[in-house]
Amino acid sequence: MAEIRVENVRKSFGAFTAVKGSTFTINDGEFFVMLGPSGCGKTTTLRMIAGLELPTSGRILLGGEDVTFNRAAARDIAFVFQLFALYPHMNVRKNIGFPLKCQGMGGAEVDKAVEDAAQLLRIDHLLDRSVSGLAGGDRQRVALGRAIVRRPKAFLMDEPLGTLDTEFRDLMVRELRELHNRIGATTVYVTHDQLEAMAMADKIAVMNHGVIEQFGRPQEIYDRPATMFVADFLGSPPMNFLSFHGGVRSGDRAVRLDAAEIAVPELREERAPGELALGIRPEHVRLDDGAPLRGTVFGTEYLGTTQIVAIETAHGPLKARLPADLPVETGENVGLSFRSERLSVFDKGTGRALASALYAGGAHG
Amino acid sequence: MADVTLDHVTKRFGQTVAIDDLSLTIADGELVVLLGPTGAGKTTTLRLVAGLDAADTGRVSIGGRDVTGIAPAGRDVTFVFQQYSLYPHLSVFDNLAFPLRSPQRRLPADEIKRRVTEVATMLRIAHKLDNRATRLSGGEMQRVAIGRALVRRPAIYLMDEPLSSLDAKLRSDLRLELKHIQHDLGATILYVTHDQTEAMTLASRIGVMNAGRLIQIGTPREVYQRPANLYVAARLGQPAINIFPEGLIPAGSAPIGAKTVGARTEHLRIERAANGAANARVDWIEHLGDQNHLHVSIGDRKLTTLVDPATELVAGDAVALSLVDPLYFDGEGNRIAGGRG
Repeated sequence: MAEIRVENVRKSFGAFTAVKGSTFTINDGEFFVMLGPSGCGKTTTLRMIAGLELPTSGRILLGGEDVTFNRAAARDIAFVFQLFALYPHMNVRKNIGFPLKCQGMGGAEVDKAVEDAAQLLRIDHLLDRSVSGLAGGDRQRVALGRAIVRRPKAFLMDEPLGTLDTEFRDLMVRELRELHNRIGATTVYVTHDQLEAMAMADKIAVMNHGVIEQFGRPQEIYDRPATMFVADFLGSPPMNFLSFHGGVRSGDRAVRLDAAEIAVPELREERAPGELALGIRPEHVRLDDGAPLRGTVFGTEYLGTTQIVAIETAHGPLKARLPADLPVETGENVGLSFRSERLSVFDKGTGRALASALYAGGAHG
Repeated sequence: MADVTLDHVTKRFGQTVAIDDLSLTIADGELVVLLGPTGAGKTTTLRLVAGLDAADTGRVSIGGRDVTGIAPAGRDVTFVFQQYSLYPHLSVFDNLAFPLRSPQRRLPADEIKRRVTEVATMLRIAHKLDNRATRLSGGEMQRVAIGRALVRRPAIYLMDEPLSSLDAKLRSDLRLELKHIQHDLGATILYVTHDQTEAMTLASRIGVMNAGRLIQIGTPREVYQRPANLYVAARLGQPAINIFPEGLIPAGSAPIGAKTVGARTEHLRIERAANGAANARVDWIEHLGDQNHLHVSIGDRKLTTLVDPATELVAGDAVALSLVDPLYFDGEGNRIAGGRG
């Protein structure tokens, strides 16, 4: 097991720069997720950690050792790809044991390692079964078994659940995290699915256009997004942005959206009058007859325990997550109030969040 | 628009019974969603209404007219498939206009233009009308595919997972728009999906299918709050409903014959407790941003509920877990009590 350090790593393919100078540290035993849309540079970063691509500049350290130019085979890591390939002519035991056999390990030792891995994955009762007769989930577990049996320093996973349907994916997310809790191996996991990232990660790096926009614990990134991109990428539905024109001063405790004054966490920086956006998570919206900010209900989505209410306002559309038993009619005019201590204010020009009492509570940027 | 009825329809493929004695009426202006796993018979039901497959027994009628023996072209239905099959060499306008230009219709050009523009505006693709269909994003292409169905005014729209090839964000945007358009047009839609969120949010009524049978049909609220049996209960809700034997958690009054209890977040009360009153332990709290899941162990069972993001509970806490009007199921798995109303 080991710490992974990525220092000023850049990667260019001809004129195109896929990764623009990333620096971060994954602590020993951490489950680290690189999250972003396709083309953001997350898979390229992973492949450089694996040794499948060489950086244009920068260093990669695995357990303190500079491995930047070591070949993949010399790095003692296990790579789990999106499509699990199993050897169809071998049974479960032989599939899991195969990497050890290749290393020349003796029979008894292989058997012991395979049985340990199978126990961790709770597939020890399937060891003598043929892999072709297995259900999808068990096939996935066998493939994982083949990765963990070597006890590598780190696991690298590239969208391993990408091809599964939703319900099964939820189950595997839980199992992967529980497996991580049992074996505690440093893991780097790449995905574009924010729910997978939120459910599994100790730390997340949100990437966009080759740049890490924010690095931190899941809840911290969710609560204090550094940029509008991050705010929009996390959450379902994502953060709402109400646009307004105005200036703010350090110490302000409210912003003005036309006639409506809206309390926000005390601001710690100033902006000359310009285009700003108020950032509001759907679960921080309340319907409030007396509120000066008003909107018209565009539609409701019943989800059982909660409902999502879409509202059109003069400052843009907004979605609210409200209890399902609250009566709301499409077309209805409603007043809107917010949990003021949880709001963000963004500069629309740069997309960055303004410093405030909320953001001072945790690492920012 | 018109109502559509399936009356005791059965369809076999060889030895397999794909649809087993299915009766269903879709009222004029209603959006009925068929929800079920792969192989449940959802798509076959759509194809029977469209006339792409013929029922072995039973009748299909559209607007009161028996169409059981009528070819697809004579049924006045349109079909939207999962894969948007647009004409790549045509512009968005021509793709949308295509169904209106068929020889049977012979609509005048200005009427075609009016309808295409109206639908394109509704779907927010009016500014793309001159683009080639291939020069569009996935979300825009699927809007065009849906638009091509909407330019016609058939008795019923049949939609087979039309949003499943889109990413989560686009899906939720289009979902809301589709519902709005359906409402504005008063369109009758039969819609198939395996995505419970889509079913809950779009449907006037949800029909839950399994193994060729319609297990339950009702409004999303009815099906969620009063599931007919354990199968339906487990298909709806995130996190999934907790299912455990009666007696595991103290309840005021379990009805006679209750063997299994189903408890969603709103059926569980969790309070931090001293050792004496505690019957469960917090395993961990899963922070998913807006939705935080609390995992608790009681005996050898693990339960999951939603919890307020501001909760003070932490892993390892001893808690007292009790039930608030949960769902009760008998030995066959049918709901015998519980569920508001």
